[in-house]
Amino acid sequence: MNEFVRGIKRGLPICLGYIPVSFTFGLIAVKMGFSPLQATVISLTNMASAGQFAGIRLIEGGAPYIELVITTFVINLRYFLMSLSLSQKVAPDMPFYKRAVMAYCITDEVFALAAMEPEEVSFPFFGGLMITPILGWTSGTLLGAVASGLLSLMVQGCMGIALYCMFIAIIIPPARKSRKVALAVVVAAFLSCLFKYVPGLNMLSKVGGGGWAIITAAILGAAICASIKEVKRRHKAAAAERSVA
Amino acid sequence: MNYVIVCMFLMFLTTYLIRVIPIGFVRKKMENLWIQDFIYYIPFSVLSAMTFPDVLYSTTATGAEPHISVSAVVATAVAIIMAWRKRGLVEVAIVAVLVAIAVELLLPVIF
Repeated sequence: MNEFVRGIKRGLPICLGYIPVSFTFGLIAVKMGFSPLQATVISLTNMASAGQFAGIRLIEGGAPYIELVITTFVINLRYFLMSLSLSQKVAPDMPFYKRAVMAYCITDEVFALAAMEPEEVSFPFFGGLMITPILGWTSGTLLGAVASGLLSLMVQGCMGIALYCMFIAIIIPPARKSRKVALAVVVAAFLSCLFKYVPGLNMLSKVGGGGWAIITAAILGAAICASIKEVKRRHKAAAAERSVA
Repeated sequence: MNYVIVCMFLMFLTTYLIRVIPIGFVRKKMENLWIQDFIYYIPFSVLSAMTFPDVLYSTTATGAEPHISVSAVVATAVAIIMAWRKRGLVEVAIVAVLVAIAVELLLPVIF
């Protein structure tokens, strides 16, 4: 039970941060012709920021099912990596139904906090961690959908930065502590910019709503950092061998 | 069946399957050190790749074509400084939104 409460405490800031973002989603969805109920159900069943925004845009345009599925798949593919990472942080004998419940709420922020846990991630902890963000995400959507029209377009636009600033607040403090994390952050950001601006490479950010660019930059960034560490490890091992000899 | 309802279901199904397959079926602890490091860096590289450079486009007024704006640049700088000083994520997000709104309001007055 203690773990559950600790999870709730850790999740609360995410919940509060989700409200302005999901509020914006609700606003936009209603403006596109979705009912407040539909917007809220989309939030409840997806728990995915960028994927939802792209999805409603496609549905509004009457896109074919296959295009919707492919775009959703590409934009949300990063959750596959997060889920894989989390599979290494739970007890190997955790039953499938618990894993299936946890999978539902592997969002960028919830995952980031779970991944930064020094110990194994328990089911009660993750349950506590996910419960308030789910509430914040869905209730924020409903509020935004109902309040649509009360805010100016400028203010609505400005709320879009909230999501990214949450990301910044999550990655900067650990990057300050660890040079390797800082390197991962800088390399991924640099690659992401390359994929947006360099002619030819920017094909990646033009298809699939930017999902390919993100996933490629993230995989390359993490792979480069892991490889640098691997090289250092081998150097150390070789040096140790020499000193023994 | 209703097009929107089918679409909503497809979005849910696609998103959930992506999330449940790895954690649901990978039970072995990976021994390879490179893979362990790779997985350790993933949260940071994903969030960073999502944030940059898109954050600079994120204050575009609803309905307009996304573009880099002064308000986003200033708010991002403020957010980075606040995060550097270890302020909480809610505080950082809310202050950034307020800064962006303030800049949007002030810019037409100054120029």
